[in-house]
Amino acid sequence: MNNTTGSQDAGLAIHTEKLNLWYGTFQALFDVDLKIKQGIITSMIGPSGCGKSTFLRSVNRINERLGYVRITGAIDVMGENIYAPGVELVQVRKQIGMVFQRPNPLPISIRENVLFGHRIHNAATKTSKSEADDIVEGALKTVLLWDKVKDRLDTKATGLSLEEQQKLCIARLLPVKPGVLLMDEPCSALDPKGTEAVEELIWELRGQYTILIVTHNMAQARRASEECIFMLMGKVVEHSDTGKMFVTPENKETSDYIEGRYG
Amino acid sequence: MSEKMAQTAAGAGSDFDRLTLDWYIDKLVQALVFIGGISAIVFIIGIFVFISREGFGFLLGEFNFKEFFFSPNWRPTSETKETFGILALVAGTASVTGLAMLIAIPFSLGAAIFIAEFASGKTREFLKITVELLAAIPSVVWGFIGLAIMNPIIIETFDVPVGLNVLNAGVILGLMAAPIMTSIAEDALNAVPDPYREAAEAMGATRWQVIYKVVLPAAKNGLLGAVLLGVGRGFGETMAVLMATGHSINIPTSVFDSVRALTATIAAELGETAAGSPHYQALFTIGIFLFVITFIINLAADLVVRGVKKG
Ligand SMILES: Nc1ncnc2c1ncn2[C@@H]1O[C@H](COP(=O)(O)OP(=O)(O)OP(=O)(O)O)[C@@H](O)[C@H]1O
Ligand SMILES: [Mg+2]
Repeated sequence: MNNTTGSQDAGLAIHTEKLNLWYGTFQALFDVDLKIKQGIITSMIGPSGCGKSTFLRSVNRINERLGYVRITGAIDVMGENIYAPGVELVQVRKQIGMVFQRPNPLPISIRENVLFGHRIHNAATKTSKSEADDIVEGALKTVLLWDKVKDRLDTKATGLSLEEQQKLCIARLLPVKPGVLLMDEPCSALDPKGTEAVEELIWELRGQYTILIVTHNMAQARRASEECIFMLMGKVVEHSDTGKMFVTPENKETSDYIEGRYG
Repeated sequence: MSEKMAQTAAGAGSDFDRLTLDWYIDKLVQALVFIGGISAIVFIIGIFVFISREGFGFLLGEFNFKEFFFSPNWRPTSETKETFGILALVAGTASVTGLAMLIAIPFSLGAAIFIAEFASGKTREFLKITVELLAAIPSVVWGFIGLAIMNPIIIETFDVPVGLNVLNAGVILGLMAAPIMTSIAEDALNAVPDPYREAAEAMGATRWQVIYKVVLPAAKNGLLGAVLLGVGRGFGETMAVLMATGHSINIPTSVFDSVRALTATIAAELGETAAGSPHYQALFTIGIFLFVITFIINLAADLVVRGVKKG
């Protein structure tokens, strides 16, 4: 395991060192050093275009499907360098679940959506019907969706309301027991009621999963996270306890942004 | 407040019926588009009426349902007894189209998947253009390939007396239908929203898993539409099958039997019949039959493709 960040710190879920990222010739991340702790919710805030999504997408390595993305530096997840040469993408993505800004359930049944990840990562072993039923029920109960959809598990997931879709997108990550959940503005497509419901759910998941959530909603960051990262123009400006950041930010930029003096 | 509004409205009232040049242009364009749209329908109905009228005498007079559909004997010029059975012709068309689809479906789906999901940049553009060029090859050229190239190859390889048979025509028709099917199938795959692929990949699915678990099911209606359109193409194709089937009336028992297709029969015989004779009318009845079949296939394809957008 060469080229890791060096720290085998068990308490860290995501640890990046000198992470730089380019889209073609455009540099989107500059020397990002972050230590994100295990088992808590960390929120990431910053103006539009500062690289929040880019950071999340490089932790799941989904950025690579674009083909013109280049990265230097190191990202360790749970103490392992996910960009090491021998690393299997499939395993990385099993460890690191991702929720997108727009709910993106697959155009298959609710049941198959929940089982999708499980089937991929357990392709060799056959999952019995009752096992599958348990998995579906468990995951949907965790996201508080079971009672609403239990009678129509075989209908298309794309027919659900946006809030339900987003909950389903979270639920389908759970059966493979990821260590880290990355959420990129998971509530921005939802109405206030849906936002509240999903936020509540995220809070419920605290402790069982390490969660990194991007949000434009200051109140949400403040309510729903324990630590907070403020980014600006591809750089990390500040990373501290949420309570502290919102009361006594260290940087002028941070306080300007929090008080709404930025875009 | 409301008084003021009423006043403004009244003040503007005098302008309401003023017609500008734009208004006339708008009306003119509307009329032109309407005529264009309606004329396509009128032409189709016109063609159908014409074909029906020519074939009608036969349908009312000599037409014998049982003989027409279930007799393998097509002997329109027999001295002793004229028989008009299209069973062998239907079998010829069906066997050639069936074989063509067996060849075209895997080819075109494979090509479409490669172009839509794997190829990128220059390769992709190059392939798309190539496919479109292939789709534009006239059918007589394909017929010629069947006659001049496939024929000797089949005779050599399989050691059969004639190389103009179901196999030859099936391959030719398959190659002919594949490009257009590829094009439509590729459109269907491209219509699958990218977030689906991204979602599946983010969960750890490999490229191939993404394709067969997500993209293909999502594009299934469009792909089925592509196949049906290929079938329609095969059914209606005339020149190439006329040249490559051997054009002999036969219910084929192997791919090396020569057959004759419905379309080819019309093309080959219509010129030699006296207008209004039973033979002439029987040919038009075949025309009606083909018209109805292709109409049903195209309608099915259309409904299926449209289903994809709703669901
Ligand atoms: N696929 C891409 N190709 C090229 N440039 C990109 C791509 N995606 C993002 N960028 C650029 O990278 C920078 C960071 O984008 P990113 O999407 O990470 O910002 P963000 O903080 O998530 O913004 P938002 O709050 O609007 O979602 C932006 O300047 C953006 O234009
Ligand atoms: Mg973003």
